[in-house]
Amino acid sequence: MKQTVHPPEHRSVRLRNGAAHAAPPPARTTERRRPVSPQWAAWAFLTPVTLYLALFYAYPLYRNLDLSLRNYTVRSFVQGDAPFTGLENYRKVFDDPTFAPALLHTVVFTGVCLAFQYAIGLALAVFFNQHFRLSATLRALFLVPWLLPLIVSASTWSWMLNSDSGIVNAALHALGLDPVNWLTSPSWSLTSVIIANIWIGVPFNLVVLYSGLQSIPSGLYEAAALDGAGAWRRFWSITFPLLRPVSAITLLLGLVYTLKVFDIIWIMTKGGPADASTTFATWSYQLGFGNLLPAFGPGAAVGNLLVVAALAFGLLYMRVQRKQAYS
Amino acid sequence: MHSTSRRRLAAVALSTVLAAAGTACSSGSGSTDTKGADSGTYTIWDPYPQFAKGSAWVKLLDACGSKAGVKVKRTGFDTSDLANKTLLAAQQGNSPDVLIVDNPVVSTLAEAGVLTTTDENKLDTSTVDPNLLAAGQSDGKTHGTPIGANTLALYYNKKVLKEAGVDVASIKDWKSLTTALEKTKKAGKKGITFSAIGTEEGSFQFLPWFWGSGAALTDLDSPAAVSALSLWKGWLDKGYAPNSVLNNTQTTSWQEFASGDYAFAENGTWQLAAAKKAGFDYGVLPIPATGGGNAAAPTGGEFVTVPVQSDTGRYATTSKLTACLTSNTNLYDTDTTLSYVAPTEEVRNKQVAADPALGPWVDAVKAAKGRTSDDLGTKYPKISEQMWKAVQSALSGSKSPKDALTSAQAAVK
Repeated sequence: MKQTVHPPEHRSVRLRNGAAHAAPPPARTTERRRPVSPQWAAWAFLTPVTLYLALFYAYPLYRNLDLSLRNYTVRSFVQGDAPFTGLENYRKVFDDPTFAPALLHTVVFTGVCLAFQYAIGLALAVFFNQHFRLSATLRALFLVPWLLPLIVSASTWSWMLNSDSGIVNAALHALGLDPVNWLTSPSWSLTSVIIANIWIGVPFNLVVLYSGLQSIPSGLYEAAALDGAGAWRRFWSITFPLLRPVSAITLLLGLVYTLKVFDIIWIMTKGGPADASTTFATWSYQLGFGNLLPAFGPGAAVGNLLVVAALAFGLLYMRVQRKQAYS
Repeated sequence: MHSTSRRRLAAVALSTVLAAAGTACSSGSGSTDTKGADSGTYTIWDPYPQFAKGSAWVKLLDACGSKAGVKVKRTGFDTSDLANKTLLAAQQGNSPDVLIVDNPVVSTLAEAGVLTTTDENKLDTSTVDPNLLAAGQSDGKTHGTPIGANTLALYYNKKVLKEAGVDVASIKDWKSLTTALEKTKKAGKKGITFSAIGTEEGSFQFLPWFWGSGAALTDLDSPAAVSALSLWKGWLDKGYAPNSVLNNTQTTSWQEFASGDYAFAENGTWQLAAAKKAGFDYGVLPIPATGGGNAAAPTGGEFVTVPVQSDTGRYATTSKLTACLTSNTNLYDTDTTLSYVAPTEEVRNKQVAADPALGPWVDAVKAAKGRTSDDLGTKYPKISEQMWKAVQSALSGSKSPKDALTSAQAAVK
């Protein structure tokens, strides 16, 4: 951008400066900044976004890191004199009996949700790409889970899955099956929140993958059809490979969204019973806010582990992208 | 080239930020400006978001303000939010002038150095019952005064009990209560509902049984404690209590009872108004102890406290405000609106005279015990967390009551 635009800019500004009175007011203000130096203009454009990033992203991150490296009690939290303890909070978190189950649940929750959300989203996207009648209406209806406030959908799920008065158990009963303690049994609660989260995440995958499908030229399909490729073959040889960049960003965004899912789990099970559906996100909240006596340090430490995990996958994505760009 | 690098940057920024947003416990910047520009405005925080502008409670606050010659700015918070909000505000140096807060939080805030003692804030606690005041006391100092008290008891549905052939007078201890539940189940009705959720609410509801067994909070895995948890576990196993208690808040548990199918519900004073609207004949029974007599139930209800200010000159006006809020007439009005039992004998007598249905609750409050009493103070939150975890483990079947309480006791140490 810098190299190509600037030389002509200089000239035009000098020419017009004399006639500045005639120029309309908005044009004048933008032009006046330019003559000094191209560097200044660049900085002027950069400052708002840098300030914004520093204030709303870098500072909170720094604070969270600081919080996780000090031994905060309620007293030192208020007075601001918490002693620096290095990695003590992290050690505490790693030694906690909740750590292993929380890690496992986070991995299972994220992995299973991603796989199902992506597979169902892709299937629906291909389905809606057929342009049949009502396909637009139906597609719009599929967006509902995404538009509902999480508190509404999570509460509805928790009501439907209630052991005694839930509609799901009523349906099972009508089919002659035994009721399942969806939210209150340690072996089912994680499954229940996963199901709810898949339902919420499908529309996002559907929308992104559907728009990805639009950019695949239809000529390819026609050519393939002429060559005698069946529907299955066309999907695996055209749709899937050409959708790869879109799939990658969908999965990355999905991963980040899913890693930090908190509301659904908290509303449905509070991470329980007995930590059976605790993930890092709910554990972090539980430590920091779920108790009358908050443990800010360990809570922040768990939060930072999540940040690192998301960052790691972000970097992995970049690497893959770069490899693809060069090849 | 440009577009890829930009996208790369965006991807990293996005992933970092999204994850951070989910977790950031830090730096809740003090956007809730508590002081306002002029010092003639006094701020009050309370945990009663259900009262909007124009409600009797807010009108009372305004009236107390104008009596003291200042303007009152009131904010109602969700009760589970209030402790953290207060800590953050204190960190930023803009604590409210008056804070009304749930009683087990008082000792935590006092430990944090956020609250003034009654020596400094001139709150008059002389007429308050000692068992209620104890929740606000630590290290021999008092940090506030209760605005009202509530506690737990058993509501029962007279119609269901009649159909099951249960005489309420026969319920004297755990054994007779369990027999009554058995009879209701046989009659095709549902037994009892309560809240065993994995939060402070779950501990609050378990405590009457815990204390009723003779157990102490300092010894979570005593045989008495195991017997209390086994009682609940037995009810669930035999179907006397629904499995949904594991996820019930006290509100959802009340809704189950209000459906009219349940014989008993463990719930609080504050449901009294709802009970009158439930549309069936109900009664109230103190929670029995294991071998007869009444179990001590935990006290609920809020304390009026005065947070520390850098400008100590504000205390004079603040004490006028708190004196107004806790005056006998105002206590009466407030406790009637909240459906609480008053903390002083005089106001209580007036309440019972006006509404005899409060009688059993007054007795229950007199026998009640603060959760942070016995000088537990800030140890209570840790004990409580382990206790509700143990309750959840045992009731969900992932551990036996004994194992669950043993690991709870080990985690407290």
